[in-house]
Amino acid sequence: MAEFSHKDLLGMGQLSIEDIELILDTAESLKVISTRDIKKVPTLRGKSVVHFFYEPSTRTKTSFEIAAKRLSADTVSLSASTSSMVKGETLIDTARNLEAMSPDLIVLRHSSTGAPHLLAREVRASVINAGDGINEHPTQALLDLFTIRERKGRIKGLKVVIIGDIAHSRVARSDILGLTKMGAEVTVAGPPTMIPVEMETLGVKVVPDPRDAVRGKDVIMLLRIQLERQSAKIFPSTREYARFFGVDRQLVSRAKKDVIVMHPGPINRGVEIIPDVADGPHSVILDQVANGVAVRMALLYLLIGGKQSVDLD
Amino acid sequence: MSIWIKGGELVNPEKGVIEQSDIIVERGRISKILPRGVFGEQGSRLTTVDATEKLVVPGLIDMHVHLREPGEEYKETIATGTLAAVAGGYTSVACMPNTKPPNDNRSVTEFILRQAGEAGLARVYPIASITMGQKGRMLTEFGDLKEAGAVAVSEDGYSVVDSGLMRRAMEYANYHGLAVICHCEDRSLSGGGVMHEGVVSTRIGLPGIPAASEEIVVFREIALARLTGTPVHIAHVSTEGSVNLIRAAKGEGVSVTAETAPHYFTLDHNALIGYDTRYKVNPPLRTPADVQAVKQGLADGVIDVIATDHAPHSAIEKDVEFDRAAFGMIGLETALPLTLSLVREGVLGLAEAFRKMTCNPAGILGIGGGSVREGAPADLAIIDPDAEYGLMEEDFHSKSKNSPFIGRPLQGWNDLTMIGGKIVWQKNSNHPGC
Repeated sequence: MAEFSHKDLLGMGQLSIEDIELILDTAESLKVISTRDIKKVPTLRGKSVVHFFYEPSTRTKTSFEIAAKRLSADTVSLSASTSSMVKGETLIDTARNLEAMSPDLIVLRHSSTGAPHLLAREVRASVINAGDGINEHPTQALLDLFTIRERKGRIKGLKVVIIGDIAHSRVARSDILGLTKMGAEVTVAGPPTMIPVEMETLGVKVVPDPRDAVRGKDVIMLLRIQLERQSAKIFPSTREYARFFGVDRQLVSRAKKDVIVMHPGPINRGVEIIPDVADGPHSVILDQVANGVAVRMALLYLLIGGKQSVDLD
Repeated sequence: MSIWIKGGELVNPEKGVIEQSDIIVERGRISKILPRGVFGEQGSRLTTVDATEKLVVPGLIDMHVHLREPGEEYKETIATGTLAAVAGGYTSVACMPNTKPPNDNRSVTEFILRQAGEAGLARVYPIASITMGQKGRMLTEFGDLKEAGAVAVSEDGYSVVDSGLMRRAMEYANYHGLAVICHCEDRSLSGGGVMHEGVVSTRIGLPGIPAASEEIVVFREIALARLTGTPVHIAHVSTEGSVNLIRAAKGEGVSVTAETAPHYFTLDHNALIGYDTRYKVNPPLRTPADVQAVKQGLADGVIDVIATDHAPHSAIEKDVEFDRAAFGMIGLETALPLTLSLVREGVLGLAEAFRKMTCNPAGILGIGGGSVREGAPADLAIIDPDAEYGLMEEDFHSKSKNSPFIGRPLQGWNDLTMIGGKIVWQKNSNHPGC
């Protein structure tokens, strides 16, 4: 079996194809644990994991907590409102204080791009980026890749379209890096106010109109429209967005027959996705959530699980 | 005390020539400039400074520094900032008004000059803010500030948003003989941005500052200079578009001058990969094409001045998340070797490079200095053009260490700085102000 040689997971950019395959294979073998009556193995017994969320998060934080607990790690959760940050402590000072308590792994969600990189330089513990600013959200990309591979049997050669606020989405950037690395063909769509400059340099096609962009696609990935962005003047109203860029059944019908529709959540029903589609036969949104636990278990195991083989008993 | 500076290559940027000449300094002034070898026996009673294989140049003049005093003395003081200046070969610096409180009234200007006098190192020329509190609403008292010793006005760090007010500021500054220095940035475009908007910002997920945010205001300042007939000086030019706008304006005779800083011709936005906050500056490091355009602008005279935008920040502002970090890097102690690398690359001739660091800024600010001629105050620097090494953090004299050039081997360093005939800094001497 290949070795995972990284101390931290900061972004998809750092991973090789082999790394990604190893993570997905490991997740596949760990996924069964979550289907058992006793959903726990002792693999990470005696390891401590700190979940450090400077930004609100429900899904990602819960997913990490469950993943760590299923592997028997001890977990501690910090959020911005309960941490010393509200008392004015800097990230580096917080990191040094955490480090003094010898955790094995720190999961960091932060509103600033590059914050996990800063943390990783300061601590011996492994760091997982659970979303940094508008930059990356690598565990989301990995669970997306896992879900696509599970549904389609492969990633290479698939045609994927990502629709929404690409410019301000860490999910989009990580997915683009992961999908293109694994050989998928990626198109992005959305109003030009949501497409960053020089987008093509990331190896994707830009087709702003979703009606054109979804044609012949195997996968439609949607991004959450951050309603607070409306004040930043990047779209006039949710009504207008839904009308021109929202995904409804008619739009889905323009893609391949067996297209899957993905969304990182939380969804805005009636804005970027019509309820019919979110709950319809093409949707794999809840598979993504389930797979998120398996992928995060795999990462915890690969980063701090040591050399022992996965103990499924 | 009389001093004989002997055996050096004398760079005369005003005339654009390099001569093998000795200099005799008496009573603080250059008393004689003589061809090498002419002055002999009679010199034996003088203090001799051996400049063999060195360049002797007019003391450098930096028209864009931040000395942080009053208000942020933990980052820099006038004493430490002017020590960094003389270590870098500078004999005069013009300091920007964004202190706390800002230099928007006579008492702050006078305070700066008093502190500079006590430090006794580089000459300090205060730049006052255009509006009270840099708020963009009411003009400062230009006449009073000028009397107190201000040489220019600038909103520094901001553009005056109100074009009508900026027009009046230019007209009024012209009457009082104050230079007008413009920081060009449309914050409605740059707001929230932390690096150049382009291929790298898209790749590494940082909010961008488009080149247009600078160029729009460069265009406006040129239009206002044309309207009012007031000379304007564009600070820290960083984009190809700005260079082209200034080139065109000069071509049609508008009275506009411009500066850039060494980081804009040395580094590009690829340096930001890795999120090192020492590379976070405003305007941001741009694309390699912009770097080329800035070099071209320097080469063909569109950009008149190389200034440092020396911006000290402590670890409190820099050892934080990238988007929370302050903009700016220090530059006084590394500008000389970075500029000399342009000479080695063939971008600038030697005399031309020193013009942009001496007589050109002196002319724009209307201050003395920047030339070597008999009778002028002996403000000089002696430079070893071949010395090659890197400065370590502890080698910097600035109180702040926010330089991305720490440890980077550079060539061409200052050996000795003289102001008014007094040697104020000498390499490997532990006595600043000796």
